[in-house]
Amino acid sequence: MLFTIFAALTIAGAVAAISLRNLVHSVLSLILAFAGLAAVYLLLGAQFIGFAQILVYVGAVAILIVFTILLTRNDGTFGTSSQASWNLGALIVIAVFGTLAWTIHSSAALQHALPPQPEATMQQIGTALMVRFALPLEVIGLLLTAALIGAATIALHEKQERP
Amino acid sequence: MTWIVRNLWLIPALPALAAGLTALAKRHQRRYSAALAIGAMGLSFLLSLCAFSQVMLAITHGQPSRQVVNFPWFEFGNQWLKLGWMLDPLTAIMLVMVTFVGLLIFIYSTGYMAHDDNFTRFFCFLSLFAAAMLGVIIANSLLLLFMCWELVGLTSYLLIGFWYHKPSAAAAAKKAFITTRIGDLAFLVGMLWLFSQAGTLLFYDQGAGCLEHSALTAMVAHLTGIGMAASTGIALLIFAGAVGKSGQVPLHVWLPDAMEGPTPVSALIHAATMVAAGVFLVARVYPLMAAHSDAASALSATTALQVVTWIGAITAVFAALIAVAQNDIKRILAYSTVSQLGYMMMGLGVGGVAVGMFHLITHAFFKSLLFMGAGSVIHGCHEEQDIRRMGGLSKLMPVTFATYAVGMLALCGFPLFFSGFWSKDAILHAAMGWSISRIPFYLGSLGALLTAFYMTRQVYYVFFGTSRLASHHEATPAAHTAPPTPHESPSSMTFPLVLLASCAILLGAVGTPAWPWFDSFLSGEAPIFAFAGFLEHGILPVMLTSTLIVFLGLALGWWFYGRQPILSADLPDALEQLQPGIFRVLQNKFYVDELYEHTVIRWNSALATFSDWLDRWVWNGVVMTVSNLVLGLSWLARSTDTYLVNTSFDEGCNTVTTSGKLLARLQSGRTQSYLRLVGIAFAALVLVLIWSARS
Amino acid sequence: MTPLSSCLMLSALLFSVGFAGVLMRRNAILILIGIELMLNAANLNFIAFWRYGSAPEALTGVMFVIFSIGVAAAEAAVGLALIISIYRHRKTTQIDRINSMRG
Repeated sequence: MLFTIFAALTIAGAVAAISLRNLVHSVLSLILAFAGLAAVYLLLGAQFIGFAQILVYVGAVAILIVFTILLTRNDGTFGTSSQASWNLGALIVIAVFGTLAWTIHSSAALQHALPPQPEATMQQIGTALMVRFALPLEVIGLLLTAALIGAATIALHEKQERP
Repeated sequence: MTWIVRNLWLIPALPALAAGLTALAKRHQRRYSAALAIGAMGLSFLLSLCAFSQVMLAITHGQPSRQVVNFPWFEFGNQWLKLGWMLDPLTAIMLVMVTFVGLLIFIYSTGYMAHDDNFTRFFCFLSLFAAAMLGVIIANSLLLLFMCWELVGLTSYLLIGFWYHKPSAAAAAKKAFITTRIGDLAFLVGMLWLFSQAGTLLFYDQGAGCLEHSALTAMVAHLTGIGMAASTGIALLIFAGAVGKSGQVPLHVWLPDAMEGPTPVSALIHAATMVAAGVFLVARVYPLMAAHSDAASALSATTALQVVTWIGAITAVFAALIAVAQNDIKRILAYSTVSQLGYMMMGLGVGGVAVGMFHLITHAFFKSLLFMGAGSVIHGCHEEQDIRRMGGLSKLMPVTFATYAVGMLALCGFPLFFSGFWSKDAILHAAMGWSISRIPFYLGSLGALLTAFYMTRQVYYVFFGTSRLASHHEATPAAHTAPPTPHESPSSMTFPLVLLASCAILLGAVGTPAWPWFDSFLSGEAPIFAFAGFLEHGILPVMLTSTLIVFLGLALGWWFYGRQPILSADLPDALEQLQPGIFRVLQNKFYVDELYEHTVIRWNSALATFSDWLDRWVWNGVVMTVSNLVLGLSWLARSTDTYLVNTSFDEGCNTVTTSGKLLARLQSGRTQSYLRLVGIAFAALVLVLIWSARS
Repeated sequence: MTPLSSCLMLSALLFSVGFAGVLMRRNAILILIGIELMLNAANLNFIAFWRYGSAPEALTGVMFVIFSIGVAAAEAAVGLALIISIYRHRKTTQIDRINSMRG
């Protein structure tokens, strides 16, 4: 029951995020969708992922997007693509969704019995990160650093070289 | 191993450092450069004295007198090339001699070159020369010796051509360099041969050196194609290098011409040190020269030593004959040097290291004394070098005259009081007892007679009679308005003269038959004083003979030149009046230069012309033919390209371009159209996968 | 409907909504929002399969999601920086005006 509610919330937020004309509004809807998804994670027993979802997506990515919107404010034009491409896009999206839905529906993998709730305590996750996944952790740290520097470099206000 | 042996390298390094620092000096920093050069040389001299006393101590304590320090230089293949230095009596005595004479000449140069514009450059070259020469002396490796040897040749070239604006000086420098190069080529070949035979170029290396017993035995046993032992061949090739450097016949031609350099250079390089390097080299590789198979008697001289003796004896007489008829004060001394070097070689050949080296040392002192005296005379007479235009200088330049007289008597071998007598006597005595032939002894005696004669002639011309300087200058009034009077040289020039003169007298004392200190020092034994040495077999007759010969020479000189004073510079020589034909031959140095001119040089230029022709017509023709062929081929290739390949290639290109344009339309640059395609493709892929999994 | 398939359906729906945003909007920021939604859909899949899969002790799904979130954060930062940079040069965030890569 709870799952249905949160799922509906998530979908509603997502739909609102991509369809609203005002960008700020769409970001707020996006946050709603992220929060809903986080709740779904909690329901599924992945507490760490749920909180990470809230921290990273709601706390960081969404705020980043807001800043970007503010920085690129006087764009002037809103709106969707031309009618033809909109139609085409919609068609493709429906096709993709249809494919996915049909695949899920007809999959044989879903016929298993429900396993018991698995354990995913912080301790287990921490141990796994530090022992088995130590190298990927380092790599992701490196990647984040590189992305940080790269983003700063790209977004830096360049000096006018031409007079 | 004592401190001095380990740091023996300092002795050449100090002058080298001084040369480097002087090279950086500015042109007007005269005092600085002179002080640097003299200071470095002085330090080297002190170190040499340390080394000398070290050897003395070792000898008196009965320790081995030879100490070596070897170090690896670089690796090639699986073996190391080693260099090293050594301290033995030969090295020690040469070190002291070279640094002492060098120091005096440096001091002398400050006076002689005082007015030269390139004073600093001169001292730079002098220091570099001293460094190279000292390197030759301490080297324990033939390779290191060769490197320093070549450096000596280079600095000699630089110093002979010091006044390079004079064409004659430049030519003389070139001549010296090229002539010695001939000998050095043989030296190099000999060195390579030695390396291939002995596998090392170190002289002494704890039994493994190339001058030690095992290597020598192997080389003696190894016979070449013509039945000569490898050691003989190598020794002769190395001796060829010594011939070039020491101005022996037939490579002596460069040495008299080298007098174009400044006089201190003549004294340092062409009297005392560099030319002695050849003699030193022979003395250094003496074990190789004297190596003989066990079958041959130890007493009989080896082929190599015979060659050394004959070359030396011939040179001694040949050069002395030429010296008789020369008029340039320095040229006479130059030929005298060649002659004395011949004596040294002869001494090495007949009597061993000690005999030759003793004459080398004494000669270094009195010959540099003579050269510096000549320099003083030239300086005093305002750069006049022709002895016919001097005269009467004994009153005007008393110090120079006195010291010059000492040098002259020492060179002639005036009995008892002068070093030249003892050293020359030792050579003659050894020559007398030589097992092969008596002829070298006679040649040596003839040389001694001639030496006394031409030195007397020179002294009479220069110092006695009336001054003929004025008459010369009247002939060319443009140069000077008033005839200059000769004057005594400054004390910086006379002081070394006096010091050297005393050495020229005193040094004889260390090599008398009664007290053969020098001989025993070189062989590493304690000397014994015994008056009976004089009474040994054959010594007294030889001494008497040589005394007679000297007096005969002096008397002849007086008869021809001293009886009546020479009045005019333009009068023909007394000897010329007597025998004009012979005199002309002698004056033209036996036409050796002309002979070379007409043989070697002409052959060379003919060969060059032929090579030029060959290059121009034959090889060039071949090259041109080939290049034309290539041109034709490429023309063909180009035609094929243009008319055959290009057409089809263009067609292909057009097709590619058209299709590329077609495909480029898909590349709209719009991200979303790409994404649409990705979506369609995704859906299609999933469907295909499922469908294929089902069926 | 089993819990797993409902999770998967939610994920598919979310993915499609994000994809629709990517395909049908012209604003670069909205496209980025769409991409984020698609990523989240993928994450949900991982969690779902971890939760209902055969070996949950291995924590593979959770780990994958952790790293995926990290990569997504990096992607968002770089993407937004690119948008700002493009905006500075072209004074627009409309994706169909940015077509200098046209062939």
